Amino acid sequence: MHTKISGAEILIESLKKEGVKYIFGYPGGVVLNIFDVLYADKDLRLILTRHEQGAVHAADGYARASGKVGVALVTSGPGATNTVTGIATASMDSIPLVVFSGQVPTLLIGNDAFQEADIVGITRPCTKYNFLVKDVNDLSRTVKEAFYIASSGRPGPVLIDLPKDVTAGKAEFTWPEIDMRSYKPTYEGNRWMITQAAHLMAKSKKPVIIAGGGVIISGASKELKELAEYTDIPVTMTLMGLGGFPGSHKLSLGMLGMHGTYYANKAVQDSDLIIAIGMRFDDRVTGKVDAFAPHAKIIHIDIDPTSIKKNVRVDVPIVGDVKRVLTVMNKVLKEEVKEQWDEVRKAWLKQIDAWQAERPLTYTYSDEVIKPQFVVERIYELTKGDAIITTEVGQNQMWTAQFYKFDKPRTLLTSGGLGTMGYGFPAAIGAQFAHPEKLVIDIAGDGSIQMNIQELATAVINKLPVKVAILNNRYLGMVRQWQELFFEERYSHTKLNETVPDFVKIAEAYGAVGLRATKPSEVEPVLKEAFRIKRTVFMDFVVDWKEKVYPMVPAGAPIDQMLFEQVEKKPEKKLKAVK
Amino acid sequence: MRHTISVLVENKFGVLSRISGLFSGRGYNIESLSVGETTDPQISIMTIVTTGDDWVIEQITKQLNKLIDIIKVTDMTELDHVEREMVLVKVAPKQENKAEVLNLTEIFRGRIVDSSQKTYTIEITGDEKKIAAFVELMRPMGIKEFVRTGKVAITREGVKKK
Ligand SMILES: Cc1cc2nc3c(=O)[nH]c(=O)nc-3n(C[C@H](O)[C@H](O)[C@H](O)COP(=O)(O)OP(=O)(O)OC[C@H]3O[C@@H](n4cnc5c(N)ncnc54)[C@H](O)[C@@H]3O)c2cc1C
Ligand SMILES: Cc1ncc(C[n+]2csc(CCOP(=O)(O)OP(=O)(O)O)c2C)c(N)n1
Repeated sequence: MHTKISGAEILIESLKKEGVKYIFGYPGGVVLNIFDVLYADKDLRLILTRHEQGAVHAADGYARASGKVGVALVTSGPGATNTVTGIATASMDSIPLVVFSGQVPTLLIGNDAFQEADIVGITRPCTKYNFLVKDVNDLSRTVKEAFYIASSGRPGPVLIDLPKDVTAGKAEFTWPEIDMRSYKPTYEGNRWMITQAAHLMAKSKKPVIIAGGGVIISGASKELKELAEYTDIPVTMTLMGLGGFPGSHKLSLGMLGMHGTYYANKAVQDSDLIIAIGMRFDDRVTGKVDAFAPHAKIIHIDIDPTSIKKNVRVDVPIVGDVKRVLTVMNKVLKEEVKEQWDEVRKAWLKQIDAWQAERPLTYTYSDEVIKPQFVVERIYELTKGDAIITTEVGQNQMWTAQFYKFDKPRTLLTSGGLGTMGYGFPAAIGAQFAHPEKLVIDIAGDGSIQMNIQELATAVINKLPVKVAILNNRYLGMVRQWQELFFEERYSHTKLNETVPDFVKIAEAYGAVGLRATKPSEVEPVLKEAFRIKRTVFMDFVVDWKEKVYPMVPAGAPIDQMLFEQVEKKPEKKLKAVK
Repeated sequence: MRHTISVLVENKFGVLSRISGLFSGRGYNIESLSVGETTDPQISIMTIVTTGDDWVIEQITKQLNKLIDIIKVTDMTELDHVEREMVLVKVAPKQENKAEVLNLTEIFRGRIVDSSQKTYTIEITGDEKKIAAFVELMRPMGIKEFVRTGKVAITREGVKKK
């Protein structure tokens, strides 16, 4: 029987074939027929957010927490343009998404029709690929290709633009095999290169592993741990790599880079060999590139050839999937190399211990005023590290990276590459859908949380027990920090003070729970109460506004030239930003 | 250094803007770009002339390869190859120079493809040097208009690299 069904039905059938459970979306004129099909559907749920940006971030949070492709559906014109920040956020962090946008009927495209926007043109530079479907007969194949492109190789967001006549048109449903001759990612690393790398690792006196987001994407935590433990090589992580290797492991140096630990940055700068695994040498990581790790040879494993030798010189490039490359590397090390490195490593690890003792990661506790780092530390201790943490952007994000020890992959969801304020809350909502039984906490700033605060409605209506811990410093804290250090305390437009709303009341107005702590002694009771309540909770932690994120590498400086907290009451030395 | 890069692409909607967007978005130069269908109508070939040091050229070829619609990227500069470009030059020589124009056209194996009382339009095909030389010689004759196709390139067969 050759029954024809509508494009909208074909779309939903195709999503089911891809195993999609949730679509995050927002309706509008040209997607009405798709929404109509979803009305009666029991297996595929549309989660209505309160802004299209929220929908894409929620799909992104779902993808990061689950490892699956996140899906969003929006209308044409403003609905589509509202997704751009969400798509660019996912693109920068290599997150697999498929975003569907409605479009005006094909015949009207290009006519400045009502609610028309050239979303394919607009998103071309911030998607991995995008499609305009012009014929309903191409629809299912396009969906299949989109999911394949989004989730394979180096993942990324894909957009499909759906003109109204395509979803209204009829065709037979088919689910074709796809074969794309122009797109073939490389998964297996070159065996000879891997052997070269293994020999360098065996010989090195001062090696460091830098693990990045690619370790998490690849699901290679086990292989990485095996490698580090077998060779006794210390591991530092990029922001995106946190959780890829246990933060509480004795070989972990925590995060490196601009707000990394002193000992991680020292180790990298002093090393004779860097093993870079699924990371892309972002300028927040390298600092001044010419002064980065001057004595080190660099082994670089990445699935995307453009990541290799983009910013730093590389001695042994290995293009491939981290998990597969490390599996071979571990085998080669054990079977072919088997060097004795115990003694050499001992001296190196001792040196790193000394750096750690010299400048540990600290802050000054106070009895009177809540230190934001204290809140993060308490969250870590109370959850025993067993939670999914999302962050907003700024100081809240960096303190989370520093003071929460991420032991497992996919437990930190943060916008690293684009640095999108307003990411954390909708991402937490998406993560909660992926893991209904888990504790999901957004560690937020009072500025960022206001960028997608409307998603309180989404959390409440879906009875999501998402927690938001606002480190409320009444400032755009991270920018204020730069103004204090490099602009002689001219706080130009970063002071929110009187205009910071009452977050407790806001939460209550939406039907969520609001709690507040103004004294250090209240922090733990508020957290415990919030974790006990199985509802959406906003926690307003009124923290010390003067607190800064330390250590810090001024922009453009080498990463071992760090600024530290001045503990004595001396006036802070003023420094000029290099760039 | 200048490189000629040959790119085989799926002949799909938007592919040209993906490529030009890659160059403009990442700040690479395009000196010339020519596109045409191959014998397979689903595949087009583009010849891009660009400049950059080795790091930049390496990134350009990798970034091109990364684009989903691109089937193959060849840096012709590294291979034995033939390059050609065609130009059309409209000159308006003084009476006393007309013979010289015809003579030079002949020497350069060009063709007069149009003429009027005051002008000749000359077609010249060749590599960069030949075209540059011809244009230099025509300049004093009075060039009125000048268009060029951009380079196309193809590898040589059967000849060992020197
Ligand atoms: C306010 C702020 C401050 C920041 N400060 C810091 C800081 O101090 N330190 C820091 O590290 N970051 C910091 N960041 C984050 C920084 O901007 C970058 O996002 C981050 O460093 C990038 O991490 P990554 O190199 O691991 O790359 P990702 O963006 O996670 O990229 C992953 C890499 O792995 C590759 N890959 C993907 N899948 C695979 C696979 N299967 N196999 C192999 N390779 C794969 C990709 O091709 C890519 O090269 C900060 C961000 C903000 C907003
Ligand atoms: C959408 C967006 N706009 C602007 C910025 C620039 N920016 C980076 S951090 C920051 C301040 C964030 O303030 P807040 O959310 O209160 O967090 P805090 O730094 O105080 O923890 C700003 C404005 C950004 N990252 N994202």
